Amino acid sequence: MKTSSNKIFDPALVQTALKESFIKLDPRTMIKNPVMFTVEIGTLVMAYVTVYSVTHTGQGSALYNFFIFFILLLTVLFGNFAEAIAEARGKAQADSLRKTREETPAKVVGSDGTIIIRSSSLLKKGDVFLCETGDTIPADGEIISGIATIDESAITGESAPVIRESGGDKSSVTGGTKVLSDQIRVQVNTEPGESFLDKMIALVEGASRQKTPNEIALTILLASFTLVFIIVCITLKPFADYANTPITIAAMISLFVCLIPTTIGGLLSAIGIAGMDRALRANVITKSGKAVETAGDIDVLLLDKTGTITIGNRKATSFYPAAGITSAAFIQACVMSSLADETPEGKSILELAALQEHKIMAVPEGAVFIKFTAETRASGLDTPEGGRIRKGAFDSIRNMVLQAGNPFPADTAEQVKMISSNGGTPLVVSVNEKAMGVIELQDIIKPGISERFERLRKMGVKTVMVTGDNPLTAKFIAEKAGVDDFIAEAKPEDKMNYIKEEQALGKLVAMMGDGTNDAPALAQADVGVAMNSGTQAAKEAGNMVDLDNDPTKLIEIVEIGKQLLITRGTLTTFSIANDVAKYFAIVPALFIASIPALEKLNIMGLHSPESAIMSAVIFNAIIIPILIPLALKGVEYKPIGASALLRRNLLIYGAGGIIAPFVGIKLIDLIVGLFV
Amino acid sequence: MNTELLGVIATYLLTLVIAIPLGRYLAKVFAGEKVWTDFLKPLEAGIFKLSGINTKEEMNWKQAMKALLTINLVWLIYGFFVLIYQDKLPLNPDGNPGMSPDLSFNTIISFVVNCNLQHYSGESGVTYLTQHFVLMFLQFVSTATGIAASVIFFKAFRDRTTERLGNFWEFFVKSITRLLLPLSLLVGLILAFNGTPTSYEGKDQYISVQGDTVNVSRGPAAGFIAIKHLGTNGGGWFGANSTHPLENPNYLTGVVELVSQCIIPFALVITFGYFIRRRKLSWMIFGVMTIGMLLLLIPMLQSELGGNPALAKMGISQQTGAMEGKEVRFGPAISAYWSTMTTIISTGSVNNMHDSTMPMSGTWQLLGMMINSFFGGCGVGLLNYFVYLIIAVFISGLMVGRTPEFLGHKVEAREVKIAALIALLSPFLILAGTAVASYVFTTHGEAAWAVQPKSWLNNPGFHGFSEMLYEITSSNANNGSGFEGLADNNVFWNVSTGIVLMFGRFLPIIGPIAIAGLLGAKKYIPESAGTLKTDTLTFSLMTLAVIIVLNALSYFPALTLGPLAEYFTMLK
Repeated sequence: MKTSSNKIFDPALVQTALKESFIKLDPRTMIKNPVMFTVEIGTLVMAYVTVYSVTHTGQGSALYNFFIFFILLLTVLFGNFAEAIAEARGKAQADSLRKTREETPAKVVGSDGTIIIRSSSLLKKGDVFLCETGDTIPADGEIISGIATIDESAITGESAPVIRESGGDKSSVTGGTKVLSDQIRVQVNTEPGESFLDKMIALVEGASRQKTPNEIALTILLASFTLVFIIVCITLKPFADYANTPITIAAMISLFVCLIPTTIGGLLSAIGIAGMDRALRANVITKSGKAVETAGDIDVLLLDKTGTITIGNRKATSFYPAAGITSAAFIQACVMSSLADETPEGKSILELAALQEHKIMAVPEGAVFIKFTAETRASGLDTPEGGRIRKGAFDSIRNMVLQAGNPFPADTAEQVKMISSNGGTPLVVSVNEKAMGVIELQDIIKPGISERFERLRKMGVKTVMVTGDNPLTAKFIAEKAGVDDFIAEAKPEDKMNYIKEEQALGKLVAMMGDGTNDAPALAQADVGVAMNSGTQAAKEAGNMVDLDNDPTKLIEIVEIGKQLLITRGTLTTFSIANDVAKYFAIVPALFIASIPALEKLNIMGLHSPESAIMSAVIFNAIIIPILIPLALKGVEYKPIGASALLRRNLLIYGAGGIIAPFVGIKLIDLIVGLFV
Repeated sequence: MNTELLGVIATYLLTLVIAIPLGRYLAKVFAGEKVWTDFLKPLEAGIFKLSGINTKEEMNWKQAMKALLTINLVWLIYGFFVLIYQDKLPLNPDGNPGMSPDLSFNTIISFVVNCNLQHYSGESGVTYLTQHFVLMFLQFVSTATGIAASVIFFKAFRDRTTERLGNFWEFFVKSITRLLLPLSLLVGLILAFNGTPTSYEGKDQYISVQGDTVNVSRGPAAGFIAIKHLGTNGGGWFGANSTHPLENPNYLTGVVELVSQCIIPFALVITFGYFIRRRKLSWMIFGVMTIGMLLLLIPMLQSELGGNPALAKMGISQQTGAMEGKEVRFGPAISAYWSTMTTIISTGSVNNMHDSTMPMSGTWQLLGMMINSFFGGCGVGLLNYFVYLIIAVFISGLMVGRTPEFLGHKVEAREVKIAALIALLSPFLILAGTAVASYVFTTHGEAAWAVQPKSWLNNPGFHGFSEMLYEITSSNANNGSGFEGLADNNVFWNVSTGIVLMFGRFLPIIGPIAIAGLLGAKKYIPESAGTLKTDTLTFSLMTLAVIIVLNALSYFPALTLGPLAEYFTMLK
């Protein structure tokens, strides 16, 4: 997105987040995060101990207690800040999208046909408005009549205008985009404040954010770790009494806070929000955090051939004249047949002819253009001289030729077969019911697409191509593009059935779609991404909307989902691994006074018991902000196979998690030791 | 190499040679495939008919657990009363008294849960009738309970998606007829021929060289001692357990007893792989358990063979290693091996006194029981391991960017919740139990109880703390060995350990089986390139790391105040 900042700590956002960090201290909010909630309780206890130690002895100096209190408070605030900054970033991202649709005058069409100008914010569901050349579309809606070219660059960043028209699968318009030509009537299909974007903003802001299944499971695990450490710390009191070692409350609480997984606890919700935010940065609006998480688990990906695997349309690649026809004469016939043909296929024939240095002439005056109809399955041109040039499907041209009593050349028939079996589409050209030869049209596979499929395969995702082509063509393209499976001659219900079959095998299926036809399949799929240009029904049925209308977006979404889980897993590992060093800092410090022999456990050689405890607590606090950028950006996903990835992450975050605090605590102790 | 160490290695290898084929055999037995012991089928059919069991009726995990708990409750009530009134019942040639209710409570639970924490002494506390028909009976059936539970667990992963986990009674009966009885017969015979008594007569007498009259307890002990080891029960016929010259007469019987306590836990890991047709997985688990075993065994050998540093400081040479509390006929090497195996495998029988081992050995013994899943007790060791495995699956699943799954079944919040609770249970029972004991000892030492808390401990200071920690840890692990030196036959210890024993047994059986039942009923997801395989080296190391880190984090402070403090103070 052009408008949003990619800097993690944008000053304006930091300011908002700082304020939020204090507001979030409210215990009613804190209790949702059991780990950090216990830290908050510990902070309160330390506040009391600080006051108590001003007038009483036995709990250490008031200054020392205040210091521990202060660091604990910081720990809670850092956790809150992580969540707040993630929210602020997500919100800023959504706001920049929302800005595009603020307060535009709408030409509302009254029931009697009169036009009233009304502010866009007053538009209600069901209202119909008119948009003409130069107007900004005031709200999301569906075109009920007309066709227009629209500049959607405000939303998608794509400068090429797109065509939107009523009735088809491309009937949706988005508020904030601009009509470049023609006029359309649009019916508003959302209540104000209920658009997808509004819903997404609410998700990011936390009001309606629900924990995802994996997040719940992880929270349970973290809560149980916290419980173990509650037990460890409480039982330490009678143990220490037995050993005649008094332990101060400050030391006990410090040990507890250091042991519980505060690092992941503080960053957990930030990671979840950042996942949705990353999706939004990829211009995908997600309807729930769960959808992003599920995307990471996808086993099967259904992709439409056209536009995803191949560049939208077929292109002419070769001319094959029939025996006895010169190449020049055949090309001439092909050019004539396509002169008035506005379809991309027609244009590509002219392009190919030009490439073969054939001069393209203008449409001869008085020529009549014969349109393609489903009945004739051919199109062409009648010249003023009475020449009938036709181009069409093999069957229909052959019938026409045979009916006129002419033979159909065997070599052309042979060529037609060849083309079909190579995944191409043959177009036969005839002049005055005499077959001249055949044009080969081929699907052009998008450059780089097979590498992407290879990457998906390494992630363990099976790709399936959906196409209306016959099985032969479909197979050819599937092989060439490197997809794992295909559905040929696909009808909408085929997609649905395929999804159901895969799901019955226990697999998770993702698909992308735009048409009303796709709606049931989108709803059935575990992850359904609707294109923003698609129909309202499709958008309602899916659980994500892609603003770019880019069918390859699914691949990115899968990676975002995986990143989300990986970030949680690695930071949990890191957090727990940290405890080893913290134990070696605090446990000797607790007992050294009465059991001097335990100095041997002080393997870091920390300055004094007080400095050891302070250093551990400081390390525990500052590691949270240090890891915020990682939590927001997400840990990188590499498709190197599950075991290799586990090895890599265990080495970095597991082994690293054990070593880092030894170094960190020692360094902090060197500084703290100067003062204590 | 040193002959003593060779003895250790030979014993371990002998265990493997027996356990591996045994594991394969058990997989066939429980899968109902043809095996050579099928000639026992008519016997089993008779038992089923007599008990009205239809083995065709498969149970789901809840029904299986209901069956398990019900039958255990029946044994509990039966044994409780027989032990109290044993003095009035036959087969009591030495005229031993009935048990006090609290001792009976502790004893019966301890035997029902396959622990055999003995707060009585075999010679004077029980009769031949209760030794046989309560204690030995329970040594058989509690082992069979564990094995049957593990087969129920295996069943959940044998088929792709299933709720039917087989018939608990069938597995239970077959564990006895096809495994425990035949092997006990064999081991019992070996022991009997080596001098372990098998007589129903009362005490014998002889006059020593000094002219004193010595009473020697005896009884039909050989069979009891066989199942004591085979079933990882560990409760001795005599108070001194396998240090007693009649219970463990020579090095050979020592080896036999060591091998017999290890073979079933070893074999069941192999059985798991064969039964669910994923042999590689079970070898990986076997590998992790073996590494875990070595991590405890090697330092223990080192500290025992190295001798006592306090004696070394006095300039005394200890070429034979630390010999306090050890039998000369065994020596420190095989004793250290025994101590390791008996603590990791939850047998709890001893051939040397753990109270006298070096402080660091105490740490390793305690850790073996705290972890309780390096092979572990018959059937239950694998269930304990499974809890760690689920946690490892969950964390590593996230680390590779996929909702975690185990053997094609998604691990979700519910399974994680159960695993987390069970993982939490051990630290809770061990630490809370020891904390209560410490509290009572420190602040209510003068309480007017039959045994005053202040006189519980033979050794004050760190070692005394270790004695209490050991007792509770041993109860939670259903191990049954003692650090001794603790006056444990009194109301406080009988009741507190009784409660810990019960929770420490049944919840760690129900939890993993519930997880398995839930997972087994879930839709099976075929493996893909993105699936995290659980039978790889990397994942196995992850599981080992989870086991070590979780236990280290839970017990480090307690171990510091016990054996570690003792050790470092001793070095000073």
